[in-house]
Amino acid sequence: MSSNLITFENVSRFYGEVLGINRVSLSIPPGVTSLVGPNGSGKTTLMNLMSGLLQPTEGKIEVLGASPSNPERLCKILGYCAQFDAFPKGLTGYKFVYAYLCVHGMSHAECDERARTALELVGLTGAANRLVAAYSKGMRQRVKLAQAIAHDPKVIVLDEPLNGLDPMARAEAIALFRQWGEQGRHVIVSSHILHEVDRISDQVILLSQGYVVAEGEIQGVRSEVKDQPMQILVRCDQPHLLASRLFQEDHVVEAVIQGDGRNLLLRTKDADSFYLMLNRVVLETGLTVESVAPADDDVNSVYQYLIGAAGGAV
Amino acid sequence: MNALWMRQIGGVLSLELKRTAFSKRGWWIYCLAAAPVAIALLHWLAELNHSRGGMGSHTVGEDSVIFAGMFLLFFLRGSLFFGMMGIFSNLFRGEMLEKTLHYYFLTPIRRELLVAGKYLAGLSVSLMLFVPSTALTFLLLGRHFGAAWTDYLVHGPGLSQLGSYVLVTALACIGYGAVFLVCGQLTKNPMIAAAIVWVWEGLNPFLPSLMKQVSVIFYLKSLCPMEVPVPPPFSIMAVETDPAATWVAVPGLLAVALILLAYAAISARQGEISYSD
Repeated sequence: MSSNLITFENVSRFYGEVLGINRVSLSIPPGVTSLVGPNGSGKTTLMNLMSGLLQPTEGKIEVLGASPSNPERLCKILGYCAQFDAFPKGLTGYKFVYAYLCVHGMSHAECDERARTALELVGLTGAANRLVAAYSKGMRQRVKLAQAIAHDPKVIVLDEPLNGLDPMARAEAIALFRQWGEQGRHVIVSSHILHEVDRISDQVILLSQGYVVAEGEIQGVRSEVKDQPMQILVRCDQPHLLASRLFQEDHVVEAVIQGDGRNLLLRTKDADSFYLMLNRVVLETGLTVESVAPADDDVNSVYQYLIGAAGGAV
Repeated sequence: MNALWMRQIGGVLSLELKRTAFSKRGWWIYCLAAAPVAIALLHWLAELNHSRGGMGSHTVGEDSVIFAGMFLLFFLRGSLFFGMMGIFSNLFRGEMLEKTLHYYFLTPIRRELLVAGKYLAGLSVSLMLFVPSTALTFLLLGRHFGAAWTDYLVHGPGLSQLGSYVLVTALACIGYGAVFLVCGQLTKNPMIAAAIVWVWEGLNPFLPSLMKQVSVIFYLKSLCPMEVPVPPPFSIMAVETDPAATWVAVPGLLAVALILLAYAAISARQGEISYSD
């Protein structure tokens, strides 16, 4: 049952008296999962626990059925691109990836082939024989990524993987993450860049001060935030008419006509009732609706609602 | 086909040798290994000058005693000790400081094998540096005697002494290597641990018999072919103890090294990556 999931059961981790994460229970399915939270919220601690670099103070973790306290089993199925921008001295990009594949116990031919494939995947074939010390920040980030995926893991944990990448490399990396997610791998990503998290993620885990604030698909998480009215943008030919009908409904808090006079941004406490009402208005008045879209079911909005200014910088 | 564990140790060994052997940062360790050879060379040249002027001052026997003293004070208490500290304490601590240890911890290798691989790499480098250094120093120290020295080596006790010194050097690498690997793994500043070990080893001649045995130097001294007495005025404080027999000293040292390595393996098994500590 749990062999296709990453599970945390009531996991806590303390650094002396300082809280890392507290009583975290999670179940992460395949696909791309983003960890979002301010600095010090516990994202890296969660990733380090998942990959066995830290041991939990309490609780139990399983990664596709493997315990992080058993690195011989876990590290065959898990690759971790950590945030540390450090490399063993004197190695070229190729040697760096190749050398750690050798520690996996693979043959020379297999290490060679996998190292070349991984470097090609991150676009570093041309620079493979240059010293890592001479790489740019973006290249170092990519060679770390190559090292993390070279053994073809089922679980890929990436701590701020987009840091230092230029826009082109960023887009390529995001496409790669999505591709891995679609292949049924677990891709766990932490990122500060919320609009990119939106593009990458199948589900998000929001963390604040060591606690999981929310988890799941972002739309699902948004709909659970009951105390913040849902924002919906409607583009139609008669926004004034629609607005006048909306104010007769108790669940509508606000309606603002925007832009070229055809956009109506409304805030409602009950999105389902609004959609039913909109259908009725369309049938009764012949209103022509061009588009209806939620305006705040993205990670950024959910982050602001749940963590907000109290959370500090993301 | 090699077993998985052998390939994994081979992988660690290869990576560690790239890191450890002939790196620029290890220059002072190479200097420590080369220094006794340089002293022996200078001694040879000085003695050659003396003998040209008809002033040959030492006998072969005296020079072998000089070497015994030099080996104890300069090699065992100096260059070997600090060389082992430089090589072995950096195997784990160096990677913690450079923030690269997590790469190893994210490979599916048993941590016991990781410790073994790192230790073997350190041992290879230390043996490559210090065994030739000991042998060369010994051979050069009496070289100015010419045929007499060759005769001492071939027909006298020379070769047997050389063998003993090489064995003691190798055992020192094994013993101090294990000590400093553990120091580097368990302490944030291995220099402090090294200073404590150095003082303890230095106090060895003055310790009661039983306490003498809780050291590396006691067993190494027991295996040396010549005894070097404690010089006055310290000699009055020295406690006379029979040296350990070879059959006790060699397995004893190997056993101590194994126990320390087992401890290092257990620590690595429970180890975490927390570079900020």
